[in-house]
Amino acid sequence: MAVTGLVFIGYVLLHMYGNLKVFAGQEAFDEYAHHLRTFGEPMLPHEGLLWIIRAVLLLSIIGHAYAAFTLWGRANRARTQKYVVKKAVAATLSSKMMRWGGVTLLLFVIFHLLHFTTRTINVNGDKDSPYERVVSSFQPEMWWVTVIYLLAMGALAMHLRHGVWSACQTLGLTNNAKSRARANFAGVFLAVVIAGGFALVPLSILLGIVD
Amino acid sequence: MSAPDGTKTGMKLTLNIWRQPDATSPGKMHTYQVEDVSEDMSFLEMLDVLNEQLNAAGEDPVAFDSDCREGICGMCGLMINGQAHGPVTTTTCQLHMRSFKDGETITIEPWRADAFPVLKDLVVDRGAFDRIIQQGGYISVNTGSAPEAHSVQVPKEDADRAFDMATCIGCGACVAACPNGSASLFMGAKITHLGQLPQGQAERDKRVVNMVAQHDHEGFGGCTNIGECTSACPKEIPLDVISQLNKDLRTAMKHGR
Amino acid sequence: MTDSHSEFSSDVDSHADAPTIDPDLIDDAIDYYTPGEPIVDAKAPTGPIDQRWSTRKFEARLVNPSNRRKLDVIIVGTGLAGASAAATLGEAGYNVKSFCYQDSPRRAHSIAAQGGINAAKNYKEDGDSVHRLFYDTVKGGDYRSRESNVYRLAEVSTNIIDQCVAQGVPFAREYGGLLDNRSFGGVQVSRTFYARGQTGQQLLIGAYQALERQVAAGTVTTYTRHEMLEVIVAEDEAGQSRARGIIVRDMVTGEIETHLADVVVLASGGYGNVFYLSTNAMGCNVTAAWRAHRKGAYMANPCYTQIHPTCIPVSGPHQSKLTLMSESLRNDGRIWVPKNKADCAKDPREIPEEDRDYYLERIYPSFGNLVPRDIASRAAKYQCDDGRGVGPEVEGVRRGVYLDFADAIGRLGRDAVEEKYGNLFDMYARITGEDPYETPMRIYPAVHYVMGGLWVDYDLQSSIPGLFVTGEANFSDHGANRLGASALMQGLADGYFVLPHTIRDYLADGPFEKLEESHPAVVEAKAAVEERINHFLTVGGTRSVDSYHRELGHIMWEYCGMERTEDGLKKAIDLIRTLKDDFYRNVKVLGTADSLNQSLEKAGRVADFIELGELMCIDALNRRESCGGHFRAESQTEDGEALRHDDAFAYVAAWEFVADGEKPILHKEDLTYTAIEMKQRSYK
Ligand SMILES: Cc1cc2nc3c(=O)[nH]c(=O)nc-3n(C[C@H](O)[C@H](O)[C@H](O)COP(=O)(O)OP(=O)(O)OC[C@H]3O[C@@H](n4cnc5c(N)ncnc54)[C@H](O)[C@@H]3O)c2cc1C
Ligand code: HEM
Ligand code: SF4
Ligand code: FES
Repeated sequence: MAVTGLVFIGYVLLHMYGNLKVFAGQEAFDEYAHHLRTFGEPMLPHEGLLWIIRAVLLLSIIGHAYAAFTLWGRANRARTQKYVVKKAVAATLSSKMMRWGGVTLLLFVIFHLLHFTTRTINVNGDKDSPYERVVSSFQPEMWWVTVIYLLAMGALAMHLRHGVWSACQTLGLTNNAKSRARANFAGVFLAVVIAGGFALVPLSILLGIVD
Repeated sequence: MSAPDGTKTGMKLTLNIWRQPDATSPGKMHTYQVEDVSEDMSFLEMLDVLNEQLNAAGEDPVAFDSDCREGICGMCGLMINGQAHGPVTTTTCQLHMRSFKDGETITIEPWRADAFPVLKDLVVDRGAFDRIIQQGGYISVNTGSAPEAHSVQVPKEDADRAFDMATCIGCGACVAACPNGSASLFMGAKITHLGQLPQGQAERDKRVVNMVAQHDHEGFGGCTNIGECTSACPKEIPLDVISQLNKDLRTAMKHGR
Repeated sequence: MTDSHSEFSSDVDSHADAPTIDPDLIDDAIDYYTPGEPIVDAKAPTGPIDQRWSTRKFEARLVNPSNRRKLDVIIVGTGLAGASAAATLGEAGYNVKSFCYQDSPRRAHSIAAQGGINAAKNYKEDGDSVHRLFYDTVKGGDYRSRESNVYRLAEVSTNIIDQCVAQGVPFAREYGGLLDNRSFGGVQVSRTFYARGQTGQQLLIGAYQALERQVAAGTVTTYTRHEMLEVIVAEDEAGQSRARGIIVRDMVTGEIETHLADVVVLASGGYGNVFYLSTNAMGCNVTAAWRAHRKGAYMANPCYTQIHPTCIPVSGPHQSKLTLMSESLRNDGRIWVPKNKADCAKDPREIPEEDRDYYLERIYPSFGNLVPRDIASRAAKYQCDDGRGVGPEVEGVRRGVYLDFADAIGRLGRDAVEEKYGNLFDMYARITGEDPYETPMRIYPAVHYVMGGLWVDYDLQSSIPGLFVTGEANFSDHGANRLGASALMQGLADGYFVLPHTIRDYLADGPFEKLEESHPAVVEAKAAVEERINHFLTVGGTRSVDSYHRELGHIMWEYCGMERTEDGLKKAIDLIRTLKDDFYRNVKVLGTADSLNQSLEKAGRVADFIELGELMCIDALNRRESCGGHFRAESQTEDGEALRHDDAFAYVAAWEFVADGEKPILHKEDLTYTAIEMKQRSYK
C-alpha cells in the first residue's frame, strides 16, 4: 500500500512538473509532451517510457486498490456491532476520508484518462496540440471542467495529507515523536505542493493568465 | 452542589447502558436514572450505586469488569459517551464523576470488536491478547538459566524506552477506539519493549512475524495510522510503536521469515 | 505521647494502670479455642543456616523427566507466586493447570505493587549481604518468622534479579547501563530494585510472559475467569489423605468443574479485603485459602496485618477501595492536624502555624515524620479518634491528617518537588480533585498486606499433604511485619526457586492412583459447592452482599485494626457471629447460577471473609503482646511503643478448623533462633 502510494506520489510530482510547463508557453509544453513519447529512442520503442510508466501505474493502482479494499473489509469484519455513540478524538478529517476519497480519486483518474489520454470525452473541440487541448478545456465557459479538477485536487490533497504520514508509519520511519511530527509535516507539505501545483494550471487558464 | 437549604446533594444522571444477558443472546440499550452521585466517586463507584439500586429493586445488576481500581491491572474498560475509558486520559476506574455534569446523559457500551466478544452486559473476553502474547511476546529463558544480571549493560535510554512501552496494561482501549478494530498499538508496545533490550534480540524476527499472524487470525483489523488508539490509551503508548512494529516486520521479511 | 494517649479508649487505661502481669498466665482467648498439639517443622534441615537450603535441595528426590508429563499440577493464582511457579514447572515438563479469577493471568494483584523488590546483590558495595538481608527481614518481622525460611529467601533473592533481567524486565538503570538501586523501608543499605513506580507490574508481566510461553509449548493450560471454591482431599489406598484437586466455577457459564491432579498449589494472594476497604483489588479473597483451611490446612497468625500510613482517605460511604501513595512522600511532607477541633473544617491554609500540631515531630523528635509504618498509622488514628482529623466527615468522623508540602516547596522550589513526586501528586489530584501543590494532601492509614496465611512447612507444604501454598497466601517469611519490597521477593522466590525443588520431593511418589469423578471425596466437594451456591440464590433476603461486607469491614477495622484490645476483640467476635447468622438468613443474591453473576461471586467471598474475621479476632485475642503489625493496647511501653513478650509468644499460632460452630484448635510452633539474637526495637 505504502509502496504503491509512493509510486503515485513520484508520478504525480513528475506529472505536475510537466503540467507547470504550461506557463513556459505552448512550445515548451508541446515539446515536453513529445519528448515523453520519444524518450529513450531508439533504445526504447516510440512511447516506450510512457508504456512502462503506464504499466507500473496500472499495477500500482490494482495493488493499491486491492490492499485498500482488503483493509476496508477487515475493518468491517473486526467490528460488526457498531457503537451507539462513538467520538473520534484524534482522527484527522483526511484520515477519515481515505476510503471514499480514494474511490473519488479512482473515478477522477478514469475521467481524466478519458479526457486527456483517450480523448473520449471531448469537452471543447479536439485539438492537435496538447497545449491547446489543455487551454481549451479550462476556458471560463467550460467552468465545470475546472470544478471537477479542483474538487479532485482537493481529494488528492486530503489523500496525500494522511497518506504520506501513514506511509512513513507503515515503512517504519517514524519511531519517535520528532520523526512523527516530520512525517505529518511532509504530509501537509506534499498535499499543498502537489494539489496546489496541479490546481495552478486550470486556475490560471480560467482566470485568463494563460491563454 | 448545594440544595437551597445548604445541605449537599449529589448529581442526577441518566445512564444509557448496554444490557446483554449472555454471549449468545442479543442485547440492547437500557435507560436508568441514578441520583445522589457525589463528584468524588469514581465512575465505577457510580455504577456500584446503580447496582445497589437495581439489586434493591430486584433487577439484575449491570455486569462490568474491574479489579485493582487503581489504573494498573487493565481489567476495567468501558466505552463512555463514545470514548474508550471516557473523556480523561486514564482508566475507567480512575475516572471520577467530577468530569461529568449534573443532569447529563451518559452512554455506556462495552468494547466493540469481534475479537472481544461480549460475555455479559459490559464484560468482554480479551483472551485474544493472551493468545497474541503466546505467539512470541516473551524472551525464552528457563528459570535458573539466567546469567548474572550485570553481565549485560543496557543504556539507560534503551531501558527507559523499554519500560515506557512495557507499561501497557492490556486493557484493550486501543482496539475499542480504533475505527479499524486493530490491536496494533498493544502489539507494537510489546514488540518495542522486548526489541529495545539486548535480551530480546535473538527472537526478534520470529516474534513479530508470529504475533502479527496471530493478531490477524484473531480477527483484529489492519492499522491505517489514524491515531485514535494512542489518544484513548490510558498509559499514553505512542504511535511510534506501530512504526517500530512495521519496521521489525520488514526487517524480518528481509531476513526471510 | 501521653497526651495523645490519654484520650484513647478507656479499656486501655485500665490495663495501663494494672501492675505488670506475667503474660504467661493470661490467655484472653482461652474460651474461644481448644489447645492442640504443638507442631515442629521437621522439613528444615538442621546444621549451619547457610547450608540448610542446599542440603534440602540435594535431599529432595528427583522426578525422572519422562515421568513429569504424567504428573498433573494444579496452581491456583497467577500472581508473582503462581505465575512463576506455573512457568517453571511447565518448563520442567510437568502438566500444569493454572487458574485465576481475572480475565487474564496478567491482572493478578501483584501488578499493583509500586515500590520495588529487594535482593542481596550488594551492587552498591554498601555492606549488604545475604546475611544482612536475612537479619533485616527477621528483625523487621519482629522475630516472629521462621529463621530457616527467611535465610533461604535472602539466599535466592539474587537469582530473582538475574532471572527477571533475562526475561526483559526493564528495571531502572544508571547512565552506565547497570542496574540502579534505592533504599526502602527504613533499612540502611540500597538493595531495592525498581521499575519506576510500577515494579510489581513489570515483574508480573515477566512472569506472565514466561507462563504464556509455556501455554504455547503445551505444558500449561490456563483457566481464566475460574474461581476455586473447594479443594478435594481424598484418601489413597494406604489411608493417606492428600489434596487431589479442586472444584472451580466457570465464572462465565456458571458451570461447576472438577479438576483433578497429583498436587495442588495455592498462590491465591492475601485477604486484606476482610476489612472491606484496603489497597487490595476488588476480587482479592480468602476463599481459596479458607476452603483449604476448612479441609484441614492450618491457618497461621491470621491477625498479622500490615497497615500502611499513607493512603488516600475515604471520601464517602460509596468508597469501594483505597489507594496507596508511596511512603517516600514522608521524606519531604510534614504531617499535622489542627490543635483545635474547631479548625478541622477550615481551609488548612488559613490555620496559622501556632494552631497546627505536627504530632509526629512532637512525639518522636528524632525520627519525626519518618517513624515506622505502624507507629505513624496509629498516631494518625489517635488524632482522628480525638476529633482532630480533617477532610470530609464520613459517618460523623473526619478521618484524615494533613501531609503538607508547603515547607518543601518553599525550601526546594516547586519544580524540585514536582520532579520527585509529580506522578504521585497527579494521582492524588485525579482521585481527590484537590491540588496538592496548593493545599496540603490528606492521608490516612489503610490495610495493605497480610503476613498471616496458611501454615506451611519449610517445603511450603501445608498441613494437608499435597497442598502447597506460596506467596502472600502462606504465612512463612515475614513474621509479624513485612519489610517494604519484600513481598515481591517472596512471591518470586517461592515460585521460581523454592517450590519447584520442594514439590519434586512430593511428586517423586507420584503419579498417584487415578481418582474418578465418582470418588466420594469428589462428589462430596462438588455437592458442597453446589449447595452453597444454591443457598445464596434462594435465601431471598433483603440485604445486598456489599452491605454485609461493608459491615464486616467496619467491625474488623474498629476492633481488629491498628489497635486491638481484649474487650474490643471479644465484642467483635460477638458482632461477627451475629452478622454471620444474619448473612445466611437475609442476604439477597439475584440472578442465576448458570451465568456470569457477580453478586453470587461476592456472596461466596464475603461468607468466607466473615469466618476468617472471627478467627482473626480469636488469634489477636490470644496474642496478648504487641509485635510488628499487631498492636495490643494492653502490651505497650510507657511511651506507647509496641511491647513484645518473647517468653510467652515466640510461636507461630497455627489454627485448625474443627467444624462450624466449634472452637478451633490452636497448634503452636515454637520459634527458635540460632543465627540471630532477639531484640526489642525503639524509635524514640
Ligand atoms: C497497592 C500495593 C502495593 C504493594 N507494593 C509492594 C512493593 O512495593 N513491594 C513489595 O514487595 N510488595 C508490595 N505489595 C505486596 C505484594 O504486591 C503482594 O503481597 C504480592 O504481589 C502477592 O503476590 P501473590 O502472587 O501471592 O498474590 P496475587 O498477586 O494477589 O495473586 C493472587 C492470584 O490468585 C488468584 N486467585 C485468588 N483467589 C482465587 C480463587 N478463589 N480462585 C481462583 N483464583 C484465585 C487471583 O486470580 C490471582 O491470580 C503491595 C501490595 C499492594 C496491594
Ligand atoms: C484507486 C484510487 C485510490 C483508492 C481507492 C485509494 C485508497 C486508499 C486507502 C483506503 C488507503 C489506506 C489507508 C490509509 O492509510 O488510510 C490509501 C493509502 C494511500 N494512498 Fe491511496 N487510494 C487511491 C489512489 C491514490 C492515489 C492516486 C495516490 C497518489 C497520489 C494515493 C496515495 C496513497 C498513499 C501515499 C497512501 C498511504 C499508504 C500507506 O498507508 O501505507 N492513493 N489509499
Ligand atoms: S496499548 Fe494502551 S490502550 Fe492498548 S491495551 Fe495497552 S494500555 Fe490499553
Ligand atoms: S480496575 Fe484495574 S485498571 Fe481499572
